[in-house]
Amino acid sequence: MDCENCGEKATVHFTQLVDGQMKKMSLCEACAEKKGILDLDGFGLADAVMGPSALSPASGQQDTCPVCGFTRQKFQQVGRLGCSHCYQIFPDELDSRLPNMHRGVIHKGRMPVGARGGELLQARLMRLKGELEEMIGKEKFEEAARLRDEILELEKEEELAK
Amino acid sequence: MMRFKTLLKHPADWMSGGKGDGSSVVVTSRVRLARNIEAKPFPGWADKSNRIDVLNSVRPAVEGLSEMKDAFSQSLDELTSVQKQVLVERHLISREQAARGEGSATIVNRKQTYSFMVNEEDHLRMQAIRSGLKIREAHEGLVKIEDKLSESLPLAFDTRLGYLTACPTNVGTGMRASAMLHLPGLVLSDEAGPTLQGVARMRFAVRGFFGEGTESLGNLFQISNQSTLGESEDEIITRLERVIGDVETYELNARQRLVEKDPDMILDRVGRAYGVLKYSYTIASKEALNLLSLLRLGAELGLFEDDGVLRTCDLLLMDIQPAHLQLHAGRKLDAGLRDAIRAEIIRGRLQSLQPPAIGKLKPDNGGYPGERDHE
Repeated sequence: MDCENCGEKATVHFTQLVDGQMKKMSLCEACAEKKGILDLDGFGLADAVMGPSALSPASGQQDTCPVCGFTRQKFQQVGRLGCSHCYQIFPDELDSRLPNMHRGVIHKGRMPVGARGGELLQARLMRLKGELEEMIGKEKFEEAARLRDEILELEKEEELAK
Repeated sequence: MMRFKTLLKHPADWMSGGKGDGSSVVVTSRVRLARNIEAKPFPGWADKSNRIDVLNSVRPAVEGLSEMKDAFSQSLDELTSVQKQVLVERHLISREQAARGEGSATIVNRKQTYSFMVNEEDHLRMQAIRSGLKIREAHEGLVKIEDKLSESLPLAFDTRLGYLTACPTNVGTGMRASAMLHLPGLVLSDEAGPTLQGVARMRFAVRGFFGEGTESLGNLFQISNQSTLGESEDEIITRLERVIGDVETYELNARQRLVEKDPDMILDRVGRAYGVLKYSYTIASKEALNLLSLLRLGAELGLFEDDGVLRTCDLLLMDIQPAHLQLHAGRKLDAGLRDAIRAEIIRGRLQSLQPPAIGKLKPDNGGYPGERDHE
């Protein structure tokens, strides 16, 4: 979406109630700042009036899940998602919450039978190998050994799946 | 398909746990896995037709499992409120599930060791319960079942985030593993609070097993993992088992100290519990649960000749719950009547139980039970 003011890429979406009418605006950061929407007081006002979603950085994110129709605002209200696809639609919301909820942000556990072969397994192996190198770089050998075992196990599984 | 009456005719396998499998502190272990169907709205967001749609694909898949042969399977709108409450008291369904109706179902196997909730917060929540400390075994049972289910059900899964759940607090493994611990020693010596706060600081959830919130009845506490992402199932269970082992050791040491420092107090408590439980004509749930805890403690300290006391206590824990009483009586009961029937049931079960052998704890009459180390 383009900025309504200058045609640059819009990164700030602003919703405002004017005479009971919902008014939406999409602006680039520079124009938003010029209009005083990005300054702290303005932000605080928008928050107070509209709730936390009145001003949401867009950065190419969607506000509604195309699969189930669940909205970003709804998620901010109830803390739950509409369907499994929502995880792809609101990654920024999740990225800010998951570290407070869990001990890590990447799944290391089991996977369903169908996901073990093929592409998913490959993606997982790649990721684990990346992590392994990182751990070795950091000289965290205990962690590295655990990753190595996990990789070996997955590779065995991959062999079996063939 | 099994009827409700048949399901409840027998106590659950895990309820009659006190059969001497070594662990007296850990009463039961439970593991729950949350799973969802890909790209279908989660139950909290789905409309009724969506929910029925999911139910119609998940329910037959679960009923078809060999583990679930002759299972009890019922739509929530077909159960009375007392029946739902009985299932909640047995921890076979959640309170949240009990509040649901058409479009949600519960499926429980004959031994009541596996239970499935369809369309609770997630499309499918599967649970395994075992007596004693058997978290790993419970998890392995569920893993086998999930492997079979995932052949016919497209489970929502992401390589980075794992199993996708309605609430991000469950994402990843979707696993909640827990143990119920009986901690009378720590409670009697006022150490339960600090010990359990320590457990909570390690990011485990601690709560009373019966009752709402943090209130604990019968000195029973449940410890479970909070984090479901960033660690494998095995790592989570290992961490949980370690903390449970620690609490178990603290509990056994606390009991040992009480026996050494204040044997009269212990004897008095157990003796009074025996007296009140055996001879009262009306007893409230809270008092009964707390006294049963003391009776259990007495049994674990070897104060009773009868080795069936533990089992009796475990069974009574369930049978004196409000909905169980109403099911037993076949009608709705007000609180006063419940207390009377509760007392009657307990009297009946303890009829042949001999008084505690007071001499056993006294040093001059054969010494204490030896110090027990955690293995």
